[in-house]
Amino acid sequence: MKKLILSAAFAALAAGGALAQDTIRIATEGAYPPFNFVNDAGKPDGFEVELFNQLCEAAELTCEWVTTDWDSIIPNLQSGNYDAIAAGMSITEERKAVIDFTQAYYPATFSAYAAPSADADLSGVVAAQVNTIQAAHVAETDATLLEFATPDEAVAAVRNGEADAVFADNDFLKPVVDESNGEFVWAGEQIQLGEGIGLGIRKSDSELKAKFDAAIQTVKDDGTLNELLKKWFGQDSVTF
Amino acid sequence: MSCWETVQAYGLRSLGIGERLLPREGYDLCQQFTLIGSGLIWNIYFGVLALAAGFFLAVGLALAKGSSRIWLRKPADWFVFVFRGSPLFIQFFLAYQLLVLLPKDGIQLPLGLFTLTIGTDWVTKAWAGALLVLFLNTAAYSAEIFLGALRSIPKGDLEAADAYGLTGWKKFRRIQWPTMLRLAWPAYTNEAIFLFHATTLVFFSGFPAFQQRGDALYYASYFAGKTFNPFVSYPIVAFYFICLTLILIWLFGRVNARLNRHVPSNARVRRARLLPQIVR
Amino acid sequence: MFAYCADPKSLEGLQWLSCYLTTGTHFSFYGSFLIVLVLLFVTAPVALAFGFGGAMAARSPAAPLRWLGKGYMAMVRGVPDIVFFLFFIIALDQGFEWLTHQVRCPDWIDPIRQGLEFRVCPQAKIPPNTAPQMVHQIYNFGLAVVTFAIVFGAFAANVLAGAMSAVPRAQLETGEAYGMTQRQVFRRIMVPQMWIYALPGLSNLWLILIKATPLLFILGIQDAVYWARELGGFKSQTYSYPHPDWRLWYFLGLLIFYLLMTRISEIVLDRITRRLSHGQATAAGEAQRKGAVA
Repeated sequence: MKKLILSAAFAALAAGGALAQDTIRIATEGAYPPFNFVNDAGKPDGFEVELFNQLCEAAELTCEWVTTDWDSIIPNLQSGNYDAIAAGMSITEERKAVIDFTQAYYPATFSAYAAPSADADLSGVVAAQVNTIQAAHVAETDATLLEFATPDEAVAAVRNGEADAVFADNDFLKPVVDESNGEFVWAGEQIQLGEGIGLGIRKSDSELKAKFDAAIQTVKDDGTLNELLKKWFGQDSVTF
Repeated sequence: MSCWETVQAYGLRSLGIGERLLPREGYDLCQQFTLIGSGLIWNIYFGVLALAAGFFLAVGLALAKGSSRIWLRKPADWFVFVFRGSPLFIQFFLAYQLLVLLPKDGIQLPLGLFTLTIGTDWVTKAWAGALLVLFLNTAAYSAEIFLGALRSIPKGDLEAADAYGLTGWKKFRRIQWPTMLRLAWPAYTNEAIFLFHATTLVFFSGFPAFQQRGDALYYASYFAGKTFNPFVSYPIVAFYFICLTLILIWLFGRVNARLNRHVPSNARVRRARLLPQIVR
Repeated sequence: MFAYCADPKSLEGLQWLSCYLTTGTHFSFYGSFLIVLVLLFVTAPVALAFGFGGAMAARSPAAPLRWLGKGYMAMVRGVPDIVFFLFFIIALDQGFEWLTHQVRCPDWIDPIRQGLEFRVCPQAKIPPNTAPQMVHQIYNFGLAVVTFAIVFGAFAANVLAGAMSAVPRAQLETGEAYGMTQRQVFRRIMVPQMWIYALPGLSNLWLILIKATPLLFILGIQDAVYWARELGGFKSQTYSYPHPDWRLWYFLGLLIFYLLMTRISEIVLDRITRRLSHGQATAAGEAQRKGAVA
């Protein structure tokens, strides 16, 4: 009974708004290794998860991870179902029109083509994930764009000959190419797209944005961010 | 760009005619209505063809299911069970996975003097592969409806046919067939509506969109992905589908009226009895 | 799970498989089947309630109520369920929060809509931001149940309205002859008698409901299809159990699950039909009577 009263009092306090900002709910896709994925224990894991767990701890915030569908990730942020997005989301003009981004915690990404052979026809059929900067880029080239719901399916399309090449984030494709025993090789040039990856935050949450901006700056300055990048993306990873 | 120019540029975009790049700014209502409407062409294409072809397979399946010969009945039973018992969503996925396993260079058929090569690359395209799945799916559902109707043909009708000496094909053509259609029609109308709704799944989960040629839902999610606002483009799709459904109900109602033209007074009673089975 | 699973990359064969199939994610996968089942059993009665309300409204003598009922049936049935799910759940969530906002924060002056942003006072957030993850998940699940129930309620309303008019007029008149009021006739005769007429339609609806559950992942619920995609996809060496694209096998598993669900439902529904037909003035009831006599 005592416990009940106590928790009721606690709930009232929480509802009063005193603690309202101390829990930050961060959304991620959980399907984009090594940025974010669900590990074998069933918990979110990856570069972004480790980075923001550290940042939250330093800023004395309680952070909780929410895995959600990519397509509705921004509408749900705006609807207030969580407070931030850390899902390998590149900063683009279109997205900046509706939400704010912190400064980048990952440099402008290189995207690359992977194909069965190095001289694959990059103006042939190219697979990409739907609604990504890569898909938008392919749509503007001479190539025929073939869109898939997930990056996995885009890779599978090349494997079974549906597409000539897959165009995706370099870091996503790297393990695919490295572990394919020659089935996949790099084709064409790497292309830098977007303005880096930042934490997506509602436009009205400027206080939260400032907090994370400062936190990201700290880890940039003291080199921990670079260490994390090397840990997750290999020694020759891009760094700040 | 004025709205008329937008219509000219994107009205047939889903077929690959017109502007190559999808709109990248503005995203006004005109653009959304035009492109989503253009995508609707595919929904209608899938719906009409699958329904038309499925109708005939369904009648065959219903007769096979109702047959006393076990080698006819069992395969039909299984076919209907698998397609009615599993989500279309999973059928699309599995069909795509199986179709891409076909040899890329086509299948060689040695026909003595020459070899016939059947190309296989087109079956993994949505217009063929998804149509095939929808065709088999609607055939399975319709078969069940037709079988139910075959079984509820009034005993008196069949006895009358026997009395007039009608047998075999003639009895089927003159007595069973028209009565079956008449009894099955309300439920079949619903199946048609469901099938048109099911066509939205084609590009959503099953098959990749080629050169950004997709259906109504594909373009709606394109706009939702660009504007990050689900409250405009999806309701537009909903609006289009409500219109499409109303047209379908009207068309099927006309056929129904024709099928029932000789049973004026009884119509009300029969309808009441059949209503519970309308939804599949 | 097992002691030998500590270093998965050194394992082979059956040992590897036994460890692989008992990872945390796999337990989430198995659990998701339970979620699907719970959703089905919670949604069905709620949808039936919506259907009942819709059918009564559609048959109401008051015109506005009748339009409402008929409009609900026509609108929701006219829209593909997937399209409805894509925007409705966010609207529903915002609707609830808007209502609590009106009650709890009457003094709030900031606009709720800022561009595309939807911002209510912190007290009106459902559930509150500080609530444990579990509460958020349960709330999401509740939203999914309501969304499903609204869609399937429209179909159920259609079936029930048909069933209500299928109850033989003579039975209702008998009730009236005994001096029952309209309300009593409805409660004591119409409702108990209509189920037998509604059953074929409702069984079909139940089977459709089962087959609509793969759409749960659109509503933000991690259902069996979500996990099958997630687990089956190509796993690089970043994971403890790397493997190639195995989605085909996972989906075949799902196929079997759904076929089993369908089969079991068919058997159970068949029994219910037989019980309900007992003593009814229908062909099936008549056949039963004759069978009993013989």
